[in-house]
Amino acid sequence: MPATRRLARFLAPYRRWAILAPLLMVLEVTMDLMQPRLLQHIIDQGIGQSNLSVVINTGLMMVGAAVIGMIGGVGCTVYAIRAGQGFGADLRGNLFRKVQGLSFGNLDRLETGKLITRLTTDVSQVQDVVMMLLRVMVRVPLLLVGSLIMAILTSPRLAMLFVVLIPVVSLALIWIINRTYPMFSQVQRQLDTLNTVMQENLAGVRVVKAFARAQHEIHRFRRTNDRLMNQNLIAVRTSAVTMPILMLSVNLGVVATIWIGGIQVKAGGLEVGQLIAFINYLMQTLMSLMQVSMLVLRVSRAEASAERIQEVLDSEPDIRNLPTTYVDLTPRGRIAFENVSFDYGGDEHDPVLKKIDFVAEPGQTVALLGATGAGKSSLINLIPRFYDVSDGRVTIDDVDVRTMNETVLRSKIGIALQESVLFSGTIRENIRWGRPNASDEEVMTAAQMAQAHDFISRFPEGYDSIVGQRGVNLSGGQKQRIAIARALLTNPSVLILDDSTSAVDVETESRIQAALGQVGKRHTRFVVAQRISTVLNADKILVLDDGRIVAEGTHDELITASPIYREIYESQMETGVLTHGGE
Amino acid sequence: MAENRDSRPPAPLPPILGRGGPALSIGKVERAKDTRGTIGRVWGYLRRHRLALIVTVFLVLGSTGLNLLGPYLLGLAIDRYILPGDLPGLARISLLMLVVYLGSSLLTWLQSYIMAGAAQNTVRDIRNDLFAKLQILPLGFFDRRAHGDVMSRLTNDVENINLVLSDSLTQLVSGVVSMFGVAVAMLVINPRLTIVSVVTISVLSLTLTRWVARRTRDAFRQQQATLGKLNGLIEETVTGQRVVKAYHREGVVIEQFDAANRDVREAATRAQTYAGFVGPLMNFVNNLGLAIVAGIGGWMAVQGLATVGTIASFVNYTRQFGRPLNDIANLYNTIQAAVAGAERVFEVIDEASDVDAPDALPLAQIKGDVRFHEVSFSYDPGVPVLKNVSLQAQPGQIVALVGPTGAGKTTIVNLLTRFYEIDSGWITIDGQDIRRIKKEDLRRQLGIVLQDTFLFAGTVSDNIRYGRLDATDDDVIAAARLANAEQFIHRLPHGYHTMLSERASNLSQGQRQLLAIARAILANPSILILDEATSSVDTRTEKHIQEAMLRLMTGRTSFVIAHRLSTIREADQILVVNHGEIVERGTHQELLDRHGFYQHLYAGQFRANERQGQASDGASDEDESPELELAPT
Repeated sequence: MPATRRLARFLAPYRRWAILAPLLMVLEVTMDLMQPRLLQHIIDQGIGQSNLSVVINTGLMMVGAAVIGMIGGVGCTVYAIRAGQGFGADLRGNLFRKVQGLSFGNLDRLETGKLITRLTTDVSQVQDVVMMLLRVMVRVPLLLVGSLIMAILTSPRLAMLFVVLIPVVSLALIWIINRTYPMFSQVQRQLDTLNTVMQENLAGVRVVKAFARAQHEIHRFRRTNDRLMNQNLIAVRTSAVTMPILMLSVNLGVVATIWIGGIQVKAGGLEVGQLIAFINYLMQTLMSLMQVSMLVLRVSRAEASAERIQEVLDSEPDIRNLPTTYVDLTPRGRIAFENVSFDYGGDEHDPVLKKIDFVAEPGQTVALLGATGAGKSSLINLIPRFYDVSDGRVTIDDVDVRTMNETVLRSKIGIALQESVLFSGTIRENIRWGRPNASDEEVMTAAQMAQAHDFISRFPEGYDSIVGQRGVNLSGGQKQRIAIARALLTNPSVLILDDSTSAVDVETESRIQAALGQVGKRHTRFVVAQRISTVLNADKILVLDDGRIVAEGTHDELITASPIYREIYESQMETGVLTHGGE
Repeated sequence: MAENRDSRPPAPLPPILGRGGPALSIGKVERAKDTRGTIGRVWGYLRRHRLALIVTVFLVLGSTGLNLLGPYLLGLAIDRYILPGDLPGLARISLLMLVVYLGSSLLTWLQSYIMAGAAQNTVRDIRNDLFAKLQILPLGFFDRRAHGDVMSRLTNDVENINLVLSDSLTQLVSGVVSMFGVAVAMLVINPRLTIVSVVTISVLSLTLTRWVARRTRDAFRQQQATLGKLNGLIEETVTGQRVVKAYHREGVVIEQFDAANRDVREAATRAQTYAGFVGPLMNFVNNLGLAIVAGIGGWMAVQGLATVGTIASFVNYTRQFGRPLNDIANLYNTIQAAVAGAERVFEVIDEASDVDAPDALPLAQIKGDVRFHEVSFSYDPGVPVLKNVSLQAQPGQIVALVGPTGAGKTTIVNLLTRFYEIDSGWITIDGQDIRRIKKEDLRRQLGIVLQDTFLFAGTVSDNIRYGRLDATDDDVIAAARLANAEQFIHRLPHGYHTMLSERASNLSQGQRQLLAIARAILANPSILILDEATSSVDTRTEKHIQEAMLRLMTGRTSFVIAHRLSTIREADQILVVNHGEIVERGTHQELLDRHGFYQHLYAGQFRANERQGQASDGASDEDESPELELAPT
């Protein structure tokens, strides 16, 4: 279990508890192991010799052993849980910090859904196993070995039975596990298929209804569900032999002991008490064996979780700071791309940006235009260092962004991304997100500029309306406007709007642009757009095609000089976007 | 000596991880509201397998009885044969024991085998019912519920039921039966020793279990609450990770996380510790029972009131008595969770469904005459979305719906499909009120192309064929060709057989829409509903979509939520929607001439163009439509 073992370092702060817990468990097991011995003593020395004081004394000793064992067991639980919970919390905390430190490139590769699973389910898995390790994992093998030793001590000759029984039980267990484990992974796969069907039907409910495909979907689901049931039945029924086979082996052992032991008792080589004690140890040994196999299964499943966690912990942020020189940006940033190439480091290594070269003067508005996949978003992602260039350099006020501290850099940049993510909380909190100490007036001003104030005011709770599942429902365009207000509130030197008005209707968009125009040249602005109307007023329009700048200039310049720009312009005017925004 | 604790052994590995005894897992411990009613409904499913259940109960009785016979025979063997040294007798009784144990194992296996059938069938039936229900729930249900919540009912909650049915139920029955059996067997052998040991064990177990349960209940609730909060935080933060980084909020987020994580740690430590006490405490009870049997039994044996064999049997019996108690305590949480899960499942099944009126009529081939008469509608009572909308579309007409975001355009077409039911007024197709038409028939006559195209996991041709399931490959290819989709399909790695991933990330938005158009062409509907894409995807695909849509609209009554000038110009009538009302109607030119809302919308869009296109003379109020110069004519 290499991955699990590597995670063990998170147990270090709880070393003391992690050592104490197994020690206390040893106490409990020892007491448990003494019980049959004492029982044997009562039978052979007490009852056999009709010695009442031996019976009473030994009986009291058994009670005492039970109490001491309980103290050990309870103590073990207390410390094992403490250590386990501490371990789990630390592991989760470290993982979370790691995720916070990852760059966009890492996040692309690790995928959001999987990261969430790792932080929740996987951590719980590993934590559960650690708590179990500290308790049961100590108990069971100890009990196994202890019972075995005690059995041998009780009757070496009867103990020969183990030579037959242990291999038989082990082989049976291995056989069952080997057979059922793949069956259950098959079940898991069927379950995944079933989940996919369900998920599709939830996400595509409109399509299913629109095409009146309910019956079709029900049949499809039934088929999958039947397959799942059959697979499940095979697996469950196969694994159902486990318990009977094990019980049978144990009981066969008991019968054999009675038979062989009975002969020995008659021959005078064995006391009855020994025989009874031996049966007890025998049962304990075989039961422990069974449990060891269950535990191995548990741990091997946790190993998969541990590996997934380790993968995140091992990933190195793509963004590496060059020797940092603290740079305080001038309020108006001059941004230059110098021969920049960039690829996402995938297998193909097909650069997304090729030799990009341009300068944005302080206070200018630069618009990026081009088809989907032309590289617009990739380009602006290089400015706040969401990704680092593969070649060339991006500078702000002539300083390479890679020499800047990410936090300092990003605090100067306001960005509204394509997908406007809001967080649970009020609208006010969301707008204030980038600058938590902003006053209410500032929040309102930003909202007004982003044309969000009017609709916010119409909510009964206004700025204090809760966003999210339990709160007001915001349309895509409304979310985008809040995201723009959030970006504006940070008073950035560089403002980036990455297609952030795509769901806003044209009229509102032009009002946003007008409002931004009024603040004047406070910041250098980048606007990514697919609509040509969005970019007409820009100081500089960059037309991107397949990762290259194919035209650069103002609208007036481009409309005459660039055939590509003219083509886009004319095609959009021809199809003419009249109204905008989905509902 | 409760050797059987913490990991309940041969339970089949549950497919959902992390569910051992309560001591091990952070399983959901939810409390049910109407336990009896819910169990009754689950029984409604189970009773279909009554025969299997009855057989199982008998098998449980049989195997438990045989299990109890074992220790009895053991005591007998010691007293009657081993102590007197009767070897032939010992051989006989050993053989008998062998048969008893064999029988017990066989019956145990049979009961699991049969019960598995009943349980799996039941779970399948519940799942089927739940899924079938989802198909007839109104769209409003899906709008109100988070998908994750519904998914969790279909998966986790059903899985909880499964766990109990296939595992815990037989355990519970055999546990109860064997406790009674053990008590009876012990009473038969030695009443006095029985009373002393059984009473001690039961009283102690019950007291301790109750003590633990009282403490764990609140602790677990708290653990779940804090864990829910933490998981919510994790989900939100990781989902919005890019924004967190863009606003360099990592520090704040980590602080929030640490606080939530600390809460979980504290709550979980408490809950898990108490729950973890169950193991050692039960072990203690068992050992104490053993001590009582040995001590008191020994004292009785010395007095001649008991035999050595009795003690040997009792040692076994006390263990068999203690284990079910322990198991039942463990089962409590599992069963609670299952009942709560079943409750959540039935909650969905009980939702009002969207079924046809009993007198609903089938709909034959239609011409496509659509009328709305003073239709009003609201999603939430009191917040009207549409007010007195009336419209009429002749067969084959193209009707363009235009208006600002949120005006009600999508709602109008949603009512035509009967995704939602109108509050007042009526809608007819070929003179028939659509409320009197079977929904499936109605929708079969409608083709819908939404701007956000949903594709199913499957091949490209599967997805096109969704429009008409019995379509031949040639039909599919012909539809793709008409939809201008053939070109890009050929460029895909496996052409029509390319697998599309769940989110179809291997296709662009435009390409997905082309597939949706092909799907609609194949369905060959009489009435079409089109929702144009809002953002111009890219110039070339855009042209393809335009062409394909026009082709699709030919000869069908079409409602288009229009964003493109070219589409609008093609329209036979334009309905301008604002604030839930149709404020203007007419053709493009008629509406421009009216200088109303439409003209205002139109001018808003092209204001900028005028500046650029016409030697920038600023805020021109020129009414001459720029369309005239832009149109290719």
